[in-house]
Amino acid sequence: MPPEKEEGTMEREPRQLCTFYLGGHFYGIDVVRVQEVIRYQDMTRVPLAPRDIRGLINLRGQIVTAVDMRRRLNLPERTGDDRPMNVVVRSDDGAASLLVDEIGDVMEVTTAAHDAVPQTVPQEARALLRGVFKLENRLLLELDIDRIVSCAANAA
Amino acid sequence: MSEIDEVLQEFIIESNENLDELDRSFVALEANPGDQQRVGAIFRAIHTIKGTSGFLGCTRLEALTHAGEEVLSRVRDGKLSLTPQITTDLLTMVDGVRAILRRLETTGVEGTEDFAEQIVRLKAIVSPAATAPTTHVAPAAPVAASKDDHPAEVHAVEAHEGSSVVDGTVRVDVALLDKLMNLVGELVLARNQIIQVGAIAGDATLIGASQRLNLITSELQEGVMKTRMRPIGSVWNKYPRIVRDLSVLCGKSVRLEMIGTETEVDRSLLDAIKDPLVHMLRNSVDHGIETPEARAAKGKAPTGVLALRAYHEGGKVNIELTDDGQGIDPERIRAKALERGVVSAERIGRMTEREITNLVFAPGFSTAETVSNISGRGVGMDVVKTNIERIGGTVELSSRHGHGTTLKVKIPLTLAIIPALVVHLGSERYAIPQVNLLELVRLEAAQARTAIADVHGTPVLRLRGDLLPLVHLRTVLDEPKPAVESEVVNVVILQADDRPFGLIVDGVSDTEEIVVKPLSRELKTVTTFAGATIMGDGRVALILDVVGVAQRANVLTESRERAVSLASKGTGLDQQNGAKDALLLLTRGANERLALPLDQVSRLEEFARGSVEQAGDNQVVQYRGEILPLISLDAVLGPCPTGAEDDGESPLQVVVFSQGGRSVGLVVGRILDIVQDSIVVKPTGKRHGVSGTAVIDGRVTQLLDVRTALGDLNDAA
Repeated sequence: MPPEKEEGTMEREPRQLCTFYLGGHFYGIDVVRVQEVIRYQDMTRVPLAPRDIRGLINLRGQIVTAVDMRRRLNLPERTGDDRPMNVVVRSDDGAASLLVDEIGDVMEVTTAAHDAVPQTVPQEARALLRGVFKLENRLLLELDIDRIVSCAANAA
Repeated sequence: MSEIDEVLQEFIIESNENLDELDRSFVALEANPGDQQRVGAIFRAIHTIKGTSGFLGCTRLEALTHAGEEVLSRVRDGKLSLTPQITTDLLTMVDGVRAILRRLETTGVEGTEDFAEQIVRLKAIVSPAATAPTTHVAPAAPVAASKDDHPAEVHAVEAHEGSSVVDGTVRVDVALLDKLMNLVGELVLARNQIIQVGAIAGDATLIGASQRLNLITSELQEGVMKTRMRPIGSVWNKYPRIVRDLSVLCGKSVRLEMIGTETEVDRSLLDAIKDPLVHMLRNSVDHGIETPEARAAKGKAPTGVLALRAYHEGGKVNIELTDDGQGIDPERIRAKALERGVVSAERIGRMTEREITNLVFAPGFSTAETVSNISGRGVGMDVVKTNIERIGGTVELSSRHGHGTTLKVKIPLTLAIIPALVVHLGSERYAIPQVNLLELVRLEAAQARTAIADVHGTPVLRLRGDLLPLVHLRTVLDEPKPAVESEVVNVVILQADDRPFGLIVDGVSDTEEIVVKPLSRELKTVTTFAGATIMGDGRVALILDVVGVAQRANVLTESRERAVSLASKGTGLDQQNGAKDALLLLTRGANERLALPLDQVSRLEEFARGSVEQAGDNQVVQYRGEILPLISLDAVLGPCPTGAEDDGESPLQVVVFSQGGRSVGLVVGRILDIVQDSIVVKPTGKRHGVSGTAVIDGRVTQLLDVRTALGDLNDAA
């Protein structure tokens, strides 16, 4: 039997994370879950939707929900004219787009550099994080995509 | 491993198909016992299952089918004639086979149930003398024998049947068809876009090419839609059996006639109408058709006739269910409706007979004198209606008292692509499914002033002598008001659950064929939208769910909503999840935060401490010429763990609740604020007086369960 994809992600060594910036923090998500990264897209707002849902994007005929990651992680609002980038990720509920400040490189990380999220991080943010990678000059926070994408759905 | 799985899978699919056919054949055979061809077909089907199950090592299945085959072979050879009892036994065998197949499908093994009882009964038919002790031994021998004898024969049968069916058809995976349908949806969108571009550019060649594209796309759309079509008979197959069982149970004699079984319907719709139709059939057998004696007394033939008819008409699929039973007595409906409080006496007086008979679709309505296990629990026809309306269909009922009832269901051919009206609100566009649309009204400034009246702050529209509730789409969607309000009022008259209402929008553009795409799970909680679509210019537009809009605007405050709230009684706020709630925020002690729904509060008051008086065990104040009992939050929730913040001097903050003419005051720590927030309630343990917790304004807040709290208050008072 071939190894199952999902379980393999934790053991694969070294792993590759697609990285991006949000409010000065440095985040990463497993690169295999990323479908594509695209420029800012026009969005259709959804009235009455949760605050962190910014709207719907037409991605080549597919309707994708855009999640404002700053809002979901309780970070301060984006200021200035900089338009967010879309990181389109795959989930079992179709694709979702994460709105981030700026895109970084794809980085290789090893479990040796991995650490748990400190207990003192606020619960809302901690629930969405899988761990911290200690890079040479900064920390890379790995996000849990499944939690992020199904966040509101689970809570309801 | 996987190869055997595949063989097993094939076997299960094929056997299930055979079994569906069997149900029908058995019932047909009962009506016409001499039909040798049918007996042969049944025998072959059972024989095939038996043979293959032996081949696959499914011994229990083999033993059961073998017993059935024994009986059938005698019937085929004319040594035994089918009695209703034998048919019932054979049908139970078929059910047993189904049960085993289901288990095979889910677990991959047969399971432990051996259906010994059915086997014994079948054996008893073959040789009535057989006694219990021998039955335990008996299955083994024939099984062993059949293993040696039959495989070759089985293959012959399979090969023979196969060649006649496979001709000219291909089995296609449903997932592939769905994918094709999606792609065609995309193509329709791309076509809409190109037609728009062509119209703007005005280039003759481009227009010509886009017209051709238009034509081809439409044809392709039609073709692909056809591949998803299945004859409605594939669902109806099960009905003769259901009707037979039911009529036996009710002591009635019913014949089911099915006309138009080849009428084709989209797969997804077939699934959706399956259960509502069964419900309608049950109702007809249970309530509609009389017992043979009652029929004879009325001069009708003892056997009632149920006719199920399907046909295409005007781009829709019509399904009619007609019975020649007792029909609906308007008088009884009238009495029942009044008794159950479905409508007011004043309103029923103005209703036509047809409107009255259609009251059976009202929630909580049942005319059955006795509640049987078949129908009569009052959750019937309204559910049928809701389910059919959910897929964009309609149900109508007409009845002649004493002569029978006809139920007419109309459903669209497909759900994936629907015609819709596009409306504007500010810079956004919204699509409204055409099935909900009644008419469009445009009122110029002067007209608007006379046609739109104001009843206690609620706008209503006077339209040809009728009064329609008016709803601003802007208010429903919580959108900010525009800087300049237009003089002209555009009203879209919509119908939600038989209730017409007017929706005010900024502008109305065209009708368009749109491809419905579902919203992601996170947005499913927003009930005002049914989905989204991509417009010709590539932008996404939301599709309004007319019923959701009406509910949000309180147009549908009647019984349906009441039924829902009753069903979820006790869960408090849960049902309102995701919607914006007005909440009263308050504190208790040093830092405990509480919230309660604002709409349950009647007033907020402050009382000087000196005004509190003692009446028996209770603290009371004089309030508006009445005695208002007071109760502290601590009495409801238990002592405050963080200690009291009470300085013993400042006035008491009191939330006044009124219920049934009585008022009670809840003394709280501090009243903080009123917030409008979409809250997500997380249930807590069974804590008294608390319905759950939620994060409001970034703080964890407990939601006060006013109902239990009030209950306490009333007791205290």
